[in-house]
Amino acid sequence: MSVFIIRRLLQSGVVVVIMSFIVFSGVFLIGDPVEILVSDDADQEEREEMIKSMGLDKPFLVQYGIFISKALKGNLGESFVFNEPALLLILDRMPATMELAVVSLMIAIIFGIPLGVWAGLKPESWASKSIMTGSILGFSLPTFWVGIMMILLFAVMLGWLPSTGRGDVQVILGMPISIFSWDGFSHVLMPAVNLALFKLSMVIRLARAGTREVMHQDYIKFAKAKGLQESRIILVHVLKNILIPVVTVLGLEFGGLVAFSVVTETVFAWPGMGKLLIDSIGLLDRPIIVAYLMIIVFLFVFINLVVDILYSILDPRVRLQDIKS
Amino acid sequence: MKSLRRLGLAAGAVLMLSTPLQAADIVIGIRSEPSSIDPYFHNLGPNNAMLGQIFDRLNDWTPKMDKMFGRAAKSWKAINETTWEYKLNKGIKFHDGSDLTADDVIFSYDRAANYTGGNSSFRTYTKGKTLKKIDDYTIHITTEKPYPLMPNDTTTVMIMSSEAKGTGGKNKGISAKDFNNGLAAIGSGPYKFVEWKKGDRIVLEKFAAYKGPIEQPWDKITFKFIKAEPARVAALLAGDVDAIDNVPTSDIESLKKNSKVTLSSGVSNRVIYLHMDQFRDKSPFVTTKDGKQLDKNPLKNPKVRKAISMMINRKAIVERVMEGVAIPAGQLLPEGFFGRSKKLSFEKYDPKGAKKLLEEAGWGDGFGLTIHGPNDRYINDAKICEAIGQMLSAQGIPTKVVTMPKNVYFKRASKGAKGLPEFSFVLVGWGSGTGEPSSPLKSLLATHDKSKGMGASNRGRHSDPKVDGLINKALATVDDAKRGKLLAEATELAIGENQGIIPLHYQVNTWATRKGLKFNPRADERTTGHDYIPVK
Repeated sequence: MSVFIIRRLLQSGVVVVIMSFIVFSGVFLIGDPVEILVSDDADQEEREEMIKSMGLDKPFLVQYGIFISKALKGNLGESFVFNEPALLLILDRMPATMELAVVSLMIAIIFGIPLGVWAGLKPESWASKSIMTGSILGFSLPTFWVGIMMILLFAVMLGWLPSTGRGDVQVILGMPISIFSWDGFSHVLMPAVNLALFKLSMVIRLARAGTREVMHQDYIKFAKAKGLQESRIILVHVLKNILIPVVTVLGLEFGGLVAFSVVTETVFAWPGMGKLLIDSIGLLDRPIIVAYLMIIVFLFVFINLVVDILYSILDPRVRLQDIKS
Repeated sequence: MKSLRRLGLAAGAVLMLSTPLQAADIVIGIRSEPSSIDPYFHNLGPNNAMLGQIFDRLNDWTPKMDKMFGRAAKSWKAINETTWEYKLNKGIKFHDGSDLTADDVIFSYDRAANYTGGNSSFRTYTKGKTLKKIDDYTIHITTEKPYPLMPNDTTTVMIMSSEAKGTGGKNKGISAKDFNNGLAAIGSGPYKFVEWKKGDRIVLEKFAAYKGPIEQPWDKITFKFIKAEPARVAALLAGDVDAIDNVPTSDIESLKKNSKVTLSSGVSNRVIYLHMDQFRDKSPFVTTKDGKQLDKNPLKNPKVRKAISMMINRKAIVERVMEGVAIPAGQLLPEGFFGRSKKLSFEKYDPKGAKKLLEEAGWGDGFGLTIHGPNDRYINDAKICEAIGQMLSAQGIPTKVVTMPKNVYFKRASKGAKGLPEFSFVLVGWGSGTGEPSSPLKSLLATHDKSKGMGASNRGRHSDPKVDGLINKALATVDDAKRGKLLAEATELAIGENQGIIPLHYQVNTWATRKGLKFNPRADERTTGHDYIPVK
């Protein structure tokens, strides 16, 4: 297994280098941060000074070389906008995004699996049909629109939940966390549901499909013939067997939740990494964009690794040495 | 939640009968987050707005920018052609309790002038000026040549405590980070810095020992950063914030009818205008009617430029595109500002006159154009471009419309391939920070000349030695009345006669508050906590 993990990490290193080059050159091609950051009143000399102080006067490959040599020493550069280390700025925002992602993942699992299994067990009932119709909506409605509608309904019209921002933060085990107070929880609820809708629909569909397939398997028939209780059949035999695809997909999707909760964070003004990323793209803050995507690549590699390990636990037929990818 | 809150409020009200009145707090949802608390790090709107509450300047503008008032300075006057004398107010305290004296002012100007590693410095305003302490409360600022804009320039640089401590490094041992975590954020303004949670909020607190001219209606001000426009409006409607800035024009009608909301709007110092390529004989986006490259550039002819201006129905743009929230423009600054021309009003919509002019210029058959503009920088920028495209197309100049995000647009508009402006016909805006027309004249209409620092944003490269001469003369005339006349003359020549740029309209900004509050609309587009005031 250790060989497997080492090979995985080496591969991710290659991906990170390629990705950093693509992003670096992409941002270089888009535009010039100086034109956005500079004050209108600044004269040409001032503009040139700024270009120089950001190192943008050098040829592209030299800029990239400097970046790489610094990155090898663990320095991913300083934000053009804030003039603080890009890595620290991102890590500073990470807890808020993680919190949002974990809560929405929980929502997706806690509601998605029971609803999906139910829909799989009783496919013809009206409840199952409405669950499935609902999941189509969850798939197809744009996050931005749903977010605004939720704000209008729950914050503006009903006044139940706050519409924007993150609530009071407590430091628990060294991590700034907000969900353990009512204020914090009420703030996280709407964005988390908004972010979870898509995943929830996916879990429902996966769980339903899995259940329908598993229910026809011989071992279920055998368990029924043995006279096992319905609840035991579902909770042990069905659930365990439908979990493999659910875990795989959720694992991969968790990376997506953390990395690209941009829309939800923007709508709900959630002070996470996604908002930082989109603001940085708007201002062409290249050090942040590159550092962000590098972190995300590592995150995805790490999650894939965890998924593979979980896989081998859930399905004894899978041996990690055998996976060559 | 709201009903819960109401219950809480009711309970609170009962409790309050026996306790002193609750502190006055306000939560403001703003669009743009500043990039630093360091007052010299970034000379840009959101920073200058936020930090002006924490730090004093020598003098400052009233919200309407029609006159200046003293903050750290009691008075200022030119004592000879090249020297300005500033007398400081005595008894001004910094937030750490120390006194503000001439040393702090000199320290601040010095740090501003030599700042490295920031984004856009204040050197534009400190260049060529020498500060000298006469006594603890008197400063002389000298320049080599007569410099009339001294009081305008001193409304920009903020004053920090010379005793502020940092963690070392350049910029006098105080880094931007030392400000961002509050260590060095010691000003003498009406509000103290409490905290900045990046991406989330900035909290300010009333400075009890403040005795200056700015009102302190609030004990605590919380700024929340809500960039998405519908979300900002919703936060106000939901009662999560008491006030917002940058109300989108499309929401103004419905908010007007909402009895829980008060709108405050005011004209800004920002003019939206068009640049036209006046330096290339073959301009890349000037074509024949069917889109082939033209080897002559009609935009070089002032008659053609005037005809284009006459084809634009500014009133229609203001009414339809801007939903009535803008003012048609004929020059660089709206009414009420210094140095305006009394003669210039906005160009009337006149299709027949335009056609005649085009014929006179030898372009009666028309030609093709492309208008380029940003789509996320000014209020309704992309829609304005589309409207202009349609108006010109209907009158014999088929015009394509291309808009793009500002991070792509501005580089190409200023220096695309080969370092020259890439487009032929562009929409831009200019906010005059100095409150008079010399800054836009200098940057937009003076001949592009790097060595003189002129025409830095002259994207059409308009050039007229007579205009340059008038601007230079004005910039060296200390007498206000004479300078005002020269600036007006320069504007009349550059815009009225030469049609160097085509002004479209002055932006009007709108702020919204819950009932019971209002905002003093600021011409400098800044959103400041103390300008939100309770109404009875």
